[in-house]
Amino acid sequence: MSPNGSEKKTMITAREDILSRIRNAIAGQGSATGTVDKRLQAHAVNTIPARGRCDRNACIDAFVTEAEKVNATVARITGADAVPPEVVRYLTDNNLPLVLRLAPDPRVAVIPWAQQTLLEVSTGAARSSDTASVSHAFAAVAETGTVVMVSGAENPTTLNYLPPTHFAIIAVADIFGSYEEVWRRLRAQRAEVAEPCDVMPRAVNWITGPSRTADIEQTILLGAHGPQRLHIVIVDGKKI
Amino acid sequence: MEATTFRFKANARQALANDTLRDALALLSKGFPAKRLQAMARMPEFEALRDEARDIKNHVLANLDHYLERFESRVTEQGGHVHWCRDATEARQTILDICRHTDAKTVTKSKSMIGEEIAINDFLEENGITPIETDLGEYIIQLRQEPPSHIIAPAIHLKQHQVAETFRDNHAELHADRSLDEPRALLDEARSELRQKFFDADVGLTGANMLVVETGSTVLVTNEGNAELTCTLPRVHIVIASLEKIVPTLEDATTILRVLARSATGQEMSVYTSFCTGPKRANDLDGPDQYHVLLLDNGRTQLLGTEFQEMLRCIRCGACLNHCPVYKAVGGHAYGWVYSGPMGAVLIPGLIGLDQTADLPKASTLCGHCESVCPMRIPLPRMLRAWRRQLFDLRRGSKTVRFGLRAWTMLATRPGLYRVLTGITVAMLAWLGRSRGAFRSLPLAGSWSKARDLPAPEGGTFVAQWQRKKDHDHGTRRYP
Ligand code: SF4
Repeated sequence: MSPNGSEKKTMITAREDILSRIRNAIAGQGSATGTVDKRLQAHAVNTIPARGRCDRNACIDAFVTEAEKVNATVARITGADAVPPEVVRYLTDNNLPLVLRLAPDPRVAVIPWAQQTLLEVSTGAARSSDTASVSHAFAAVAETGTVVMVSGAENPTTLNYLPPTHFAIIAVADIFGSYEEVWRRLRAQRAEVAEPCDVMPRAVNWITGPSRTADIEQTILLGAHGPQRLHIVIVDGKKI
Repeated sequence: MEATTFRFKANARQALANDTLRDALALLSKGFPAKRLQAMARMPEFEALRDEARDIKNHVLANLDHYLERFESRVTEQGGHVHWCRDATEARQTILDICRHTDAKTVTKSKSMIGEEIAINDFLEENGITPIETDLGEYIIQLRQEPPSHIIAPAIHLKQHQVAETFRDNHAELHADRSLDEPRALLDEARSELRQKFFDADVGLTGANMLVVETGSTVLVTNEGNAELTCTLPRVHIVIASLEKIVPTLEDATTILRVLARSATGQEMSVYTSFCTGPKRANDLDGPDQYHVLLLDNGRTQLLGTEFQEMLRCIRCGACLNHCPVYKAVGGHAYGWVYSGPMGAVLIPGLIGLDQTADLPKASTLCGHCESVCPMRIPLPRMLRAWRRQLFDLRRGSKTVRFGLRAWTMLATRPGLYRVLTGITVAMLAWLGRSRGAFRSLPLAGSWSKARDLPAPEGGTFVAQWQRKKDHDHGTRRYP
């Protein structure tokens, strides 16, 4: 939207007005010049709780325990080849249609879906009719059993929220103890691929269990607007 | 929203007589505090995290101008638009202008207290644009045309059968005999009613739990997933946030997230925490084409630099409401505006003036439970007292109360006189009440004793008992 001239004028006035009110109100409180910029660049880490400072194997176990506590289900398998049978097993066990909407992520594309002849797959952003989706998590956090999804051409955000069943695939190497490790990793990765000002993808979504609500008499119900089922598939091995 | 804060006493009396409300509030006061304690038990670092969260916000408030400017540049660099709004009128107009520029007919909304504060729904409707609340609780109260009664559980005052009635009245196209006896049936109905609306909406309007300066991101925390659909499906995403929502870095946001859900619902982390940054990127397959952030003052700068500055650390977790004996008795609507409970009683006078809101800071026992659970360590009782002092200085309140307070000041600052007078009073009361052991009614305290008896004093004043105990200990104990 490009605002017309008169709007622009009032907006600038409001901006200046608010800033000057703030400056008058907090005069003398501010830190030394440069502190703010230094702080923004330092990315200093605050307290990380002990449960987020686990070693690799402990992290994986803790992640599974925490994710299950918040009603996600977790499967741990070896190699990309084992993904389709696991997904089919889950769908069958839950009496769900064998239809999947896949993320256009190369790590999802290499999975041999065609081996499961009953499975019907298509690729792209989610549509209203989709019943189950598969996307690839950027990372996972042991502290609370959280999966971290990052938007982009490879993993459209709608896949995480629209279909009632969501499969999140995560490579075992991408499970970390704390959120802070995930931020560090995201910054490092974005520094390689993105424009300098593109620190963040459009959306970074932390997902901790399936959607829920307690708005009716505090009764917890799963599947409010987002998925009712979140199945996390941890993949061991190099292939994925 | 039209404030009815000046009617607090009448509102509260009405609320106390409402049995359905009492049931609902009883449920709340059992649920949230117990879950909070469980979460606390699993997080030994919680106190340290609270200190850090407090320090982060203190630092931000002391440098707010710098942070806001940098936040603005980051959003703009990434293709977003920032709009500064001094008050509700400017904010409403800005939102309407964006809607008009993008030919918007419907707006989906994810729960936002600022949205309530600026009463955006009514305004959009007056201007021919349909706002649709998508959080289940907000959807219910929108249908009932009621304000939220709790900052994180807006429909907490309602029982299931009331929700069912509301749905029957409003979803007229559905079969009249359908069963709505289970919460699940209600949820499913709301979900399917709203599904298509998410797709049809032109604009998605959300609040923000935080604004991250480092990245120019807005942070949203929900459990239902409605906020995520709201900021992904429509062509335009508008975020409305008040100035103090700023945090410097992703790490700082993370620390605050660690205390937020635990204090609010007792969850370790809310289901969905979303960091949104700018519009859809070149190769993205979904996301909005436009991304706007409104930075709203609406009275915040008046609190900066005053004894109420610390209130701006509030992250709207609702813990102070869940633990407040007054809130738990009267519920949120009695407070008469968007906010309620201890945080409301401090914030509302700050935002809309003491004139209309004089009863709110008085509606507290000053028990201090709110401060003890506040993740941001906001000294709510101190600030409630500060408002009361201002009221006194402004010569507000009834003559009797003012006289009483002045008499009390006179007495309390003269220990000798105090002791003599209390000694006489206690002896008299003990003698008068010696047969029943309690008083049914007292002169000058009729409304207090209407609901309870005052036990007759036994054994003299505290100071007298203390003195006796000291003398006694002195006599029996051997001091080196
Ligand atoms: S005042 Fe403290 S406890 Fe109350 S809502 Fe704000 S942050 Fe939470």
